[in-house]
Amino acid sequence: MGADGGSEAVIAAEGVAMGFGPRLLFRDVSFTVRRGEVFVILGGSGCGKSTLLKLLIGLYPPSAGRITVLGAEWGALAGPARRAHLRRIGVMWQSGALLGSLTLAENVMLPIEAHTGLPEEARRLIALSKLGLVGLGDAADRLPAQISGGMMKRAGIARAMALDPEILFLDEPSAGLDPITSAGLDALILSLARQTGTTFVVVTHELASILAIGDRCIMLDTQAQGVIAEGEPRALRDTATHPVVRAFFRRELPAGGGAAVG
Amino acid sequence: MSAAPFRAEVTGGRLRLTFTGPLRAEQAAALWRAAHRARRGASALVLDAAEVTALDSAGAALLVSLAEEGAEWIEPRAETPRAALARFRQGLGASRAAPPRKSFRPISAVGGAVLGALAQWREKLAFLGETTLAGLALLARPWALRWTEVQRHLDEAGTRAVPLCVLLGTLVGVILAFQSSIPMRKFGAEIFIPQLVGISLTRELGPLLGAVILAGRTGSAYAAELGTMRVNEEVNALRVMGLDPVAWLVLPRVVAAMLVMPVIALVMSLTGLIGMAIVMTMLGFPPPAVIAQLAQWMELGDVAGGLGKAAAFGLAVGYIGCHAGLSAGNGPRAVGDAATAAVVGGIIALVVLDGIFAVLFFRLGW
Repeated sequence: MGADGGSEAVIAAEGVAMGFGPRLLFRDVSFTVRRGEVFVILGGSGCGKSTLLKLLIGLYPPSAGRITVLGAEWGALAGPARRAHLRRIGVMWQSGALLGSLTLAENVMLPIEAHTGLPEEARRLIALSKLGLVGLGDAADRLPAQISGGMMKRAGIARAMALDPEILFLDEPSAGLDPITSAGLDALILSLARQTGTTFVVVTHELASILAIGDRCIMLDTQAQGVIAEGEPRALRDTATHPVVRAFFRRELPAGGGAAVG
Repeated sequence: MSAAPFRAEVTGGRLRLTFTGPLRAEQAAALWRAAHRARRGASALVLDAAEVTALDSAGAALLVSLAEEGAEWIEPRAETPRAALARFRQGLGASRAAPPRKSFRPISAVGGAVLGALAQWREKLAFLGETTLAGLALLARPWALRWTEVQRHLDEAGTRAVPLCVLLGTLVGVILAFQSSIPMRKFGAEIFIPQLVGISLTRELGPLLGAVILAGRTGSAYAAELGTMRVNEEVNALRVMGLDPVAWLVLPRVVAAMLVMPVIALVMSLTGLIGMAIVMTMLGFPPPAVIAQLAQWMELGDVAGGLGKAAAFGLAVGYIGCHAGLSAGNGPRAVGDAATAAVVGGIIALVVLDGIFAVLFFRLGW
């Protein structure tokens, strides 16, 4: 689909399992993400989507299995090598995770300062450009406490993009945004993916967004404790046979009635 | 770092800056100063980026900053850097509206500050009124209070503070006894150390130190907890559900603080007396002598006055902690500020209250 030169795998997960204490979230999760594609991790609430994302960015080690990101396992990286590797990814947190004592522009300048020797003027120029791209050009000098939740999320994306990373991880980018902003965000993600070859790993359960931007997706499920579907979102919508997957894409209750999904 | 892919030459009175090869963050950082130095002073600029092969935001920032005062652009020939530059400009175009400058208006600044202070006092008064009304309503219907919540706070503010109180109380008793033994020995009056320490502990230090512990441990916790609830809109949620946040959140905490404080004060005083008795034993006065001295000189009134004071301190600390939490602003910083305000405000209130009590007790001859 879509992206050119899409054969190189930038993320490979093999047999990944994760649980907290006795509670198993998922097991035997395997997938690859290719350069330049928009890869969507979807599933209902509480199925471990965000946890999987945290494994991918190396915050926790998986209970079992291997995760290779840009050719290296997080566990094997330490010190300067880990730092250099971290520079190549960007993460947008679910709530934005902006530092409250810094303005939006300063928040975006932070990773640039951490990883490059660019002077302040350059950092600010980059920050303004990134904020402008997410539609926050006129809010650059405001504090996070003075803006709305959706704006914080967009500022979080601007910060994640600050270093032009090869992979951008987005945790629920469009949840809580109005449809217009959300569509604008989808367009931005698509244009970045197509023009710069940036790879996107997006955790979401917004159906419209999944269908609009997703090249490929995997779907996690709480009951199956693992992946129940993998493939192109539109194809899944049209041809999936798994009842939960069908229910998810058609926004209906799964056959047999009870549990709400999504 | 790669060699600088950058050339400056003057042709026909115009400065021509030529960039070649990749222009990424490393190159931009290395070139930034040199490029800007070369640009300085030149009136007309040609910015030649035709041979730039790769461009990231930092490289685009360098080019755009050089062209800030006007330049003739030669765009990158390759598709990818041209798109990167276009995207950078697009983002910046949306940002270029400069932030409005704040003008200096002394009169409105002073007026604003005064009005802000007045509004704050008004808010404080309103909170005091709300709490008082809710408290009075509680007197009429004590079963309406959430007693399970009170129990939780009693446990957190009281039971868990006991080890700390025992430690501090004993040490304070030991220190007081030792320090007073030095001048008392000069007069051969060491036998009077028990009443000195006993009276100062039960009437003054037990309640005061206990309340300082309460302010540090519990007042700040109230402020942080309620502040976080306010930031998370839980307080608004309560209000919209028709529940009074004061009755629901503040009263259980204040009542718990008020109930727990006499106990803390008593623990402090008793352990202080034990510490003092240990020192006295070391000085050669056996415990029976110490107990006899205490029994002869101390009255129930001393203890009761101290405990009454302690209850008032607890009320003040709990109230100030809750108020700091509920009036917190937005964001994580506000919660920290609220906790600080609770501790500082609590301790100031304690000292002021203690002064009032000292004058009151003196006038009343207690």
